[in-house]
Amino acid sequence: MTASSQPDWTQVRSQFPALAQVIHDRPLIYFDNAATSQKPNAVLDVLQHYYQCDNANVHRGLHELSNRATEAYEGARKKIARYIGAASEEEIIFTRGTTEAINLVAQSWGRKNLRAGDVVLLTEMEHHSNLVPWQIVAEQTGAILKHVPVTDDGLLDLDQLEQLLTEEVKLFSFVHVSNSLGTINPAKELCAKAKAVGALTFLDGAQSAGHMPVDVRDIGCDFYALSGHKMCGPTGIGALWGKKSLLDSMPPWQGGGEMILKVELTRSTYKPVPARFEAGTPDISGAIVLGAAVDYLESLGRDQIWAHDSELTRYALDRLTEVKGLRVLGPPRGQQRGALAAFVMDSAHPHDLVTFANSHGLALRGGHHCTQPLMRRFRVPSTSRASFYFYNTKQEIDAMIEILHEANKFFG
Amino acid sequence: MNEELRELYQSVILDHSRKPRNYGELHGEGCLHVHGDNPSCGDEIDVFVKLNSDRISELTFTGQGCAISQASASMMTQKLKGRTRDEAVELAAVFRGVVTGEGRKLDKEEPLGDLTLLEGVQQFPARVKCAMLAWRALEQAVGNTPDSSVTTEE
Repeated sequence: MTASSQPDWTQVRSQFPALAQVIHDRPLIYFDNAATSQKPNAVLDVLQHYYQCDNANVHRGLHELSNRATEAYEGARKKIARYIGAASEEEIIFTRGTTEAINLVAQSWGRKNLRAGDVVLLTEMEHHSNLVPWQIVAEQTGAILKHVPVTDDGLLDLDQLEQLLTEEVKLFSFVHVSNSLGTINPAKELCAKAKAVGALTFLDGAQSAGHMPVDVRDIGCDFYALSGHKMCGPTGIGALWGKKSLLDSMPPWQGGGEMILKVELTRSTYKPVPARFEAGTPDISGAIVLGAAVDYLESLGRDQIWAHDSELTRYALDRLTEVKGLRVLGPPRGQQRGALAAFVMDSAHPHDLVTFANSHGLALRGGHHCTQPLMRRFRVPSTSRASFYFYNTKQEIDAMIEILHEANKFFG
Repeated sequence: MNEELRELYQSVILDHSRKPRNYGELHGEGCLHVHGDNPSCGDEIDVFVKLNSDRISELTFTGQGCAISQASASMMTQKLKGRTRDEAVELAAVFRGVVTGEGRKLDKEEPLGDLTLLEGVQQFPARVKCAMLAWRALEQAVGNTPDSSVTTEE
């Protein structure tokens, strides 16, 4: 499929049962996709089928069901590897999500490699999940955390980055698409700059994996992480990608079954990656269903999804200018951004606005979006956020604009 | 517009949130200050109490937050000024019953007056923390174990 031939999005939408419901006498408008996406029948069916037909523990089993479960589980690993352009499926580690993937690298790679005085470079726009794990490992190792500032336009300050990228930087971890601003960071350029000073790079793909084509080898990062539930998959499953040579050099971070070669009472030897990082019975159904979600997204076309989401976001940003006293955070109109708009309104605090919107069937999110330092940077306690996915429509955005006008009247 | 929303945002509540009463700081002898945090939304409030022996002689607040937390704080300052510490703690317990719907003490609610208008919060469990933020700070200030900060997560 080329970017110009779009799927029938109305038909696509009809495959998402959760979207076809009425909330407070209005058709549900689901604009909380940056928090989690809805799931299509094609994905839900795979979940049901797995538990009805193939449910068994993976790997050591010699019976039919275990073989099926293992094949589907390892098959999902291959799908995810292909989906993000990994060199092989051995580079994919199943985790609970992006958060756990970051914690894994912080605790495994970080504890082994970071020394007192080493720098882990982050940015001011990071989600708490890309701040707190590094704070913990910094405490354990004496490493220093530094943060690339954010400009008033919600972009990383690249001049400051040049100053901060010194040889002490051992790892630069940053968000691909900001969940609070919508900023798309120039990942390829940033990874090249980090590489020039010998730093590794970790790209937080929670908001990019489901929305845009991603090729980790083209980007040139060393680690990438995604969350299944933000890309039509189930909650509780995600993936870490790392370069094979790096993963090979990293010690386990959790011990248990599945990850060992030989266990004695006082010591053990470990399997190679990826098994070394998957202690215990994994989220088998989650991984398999995530594989189905990946199939589903590819059947729609990654370019097509990205084109649709971008067009919807452009439209929303244009129409939001009509609402009195509303200010959108993040890159100005006309600049590329992820499929979301976070804003503040003079008349209503985000919690009041979100409560008001909910009573009109509109699901927004209000709060700090797990980016408290960024909220402080922009001197707002919280924002309201509308985030879109390919099943959303311009008509829904029109309806949101009407609701925002009404909120102005109600609270103003 | 649904009924629950009208219940939640009654005109008295919106009026207090737009024009909060007793908004400002208190400093000096006999003044206590407690900072309240609602980490789930980022709202912050500062409650200032001036005690004259056992009685609240002045009560003010500052901070920014949603209409519910602002109105609740504003109405609280009006209601508790002039009360003793024990009365304030008792009224806070009665108010908690009104907004959560748990352990309500109807015979004791009359002294709350307009504050009972915040009863609508019951239908919005996620907003109980908003309504209680200033009260948690107040309880901390006049309670037996004063501390300079409080969070809705404890």
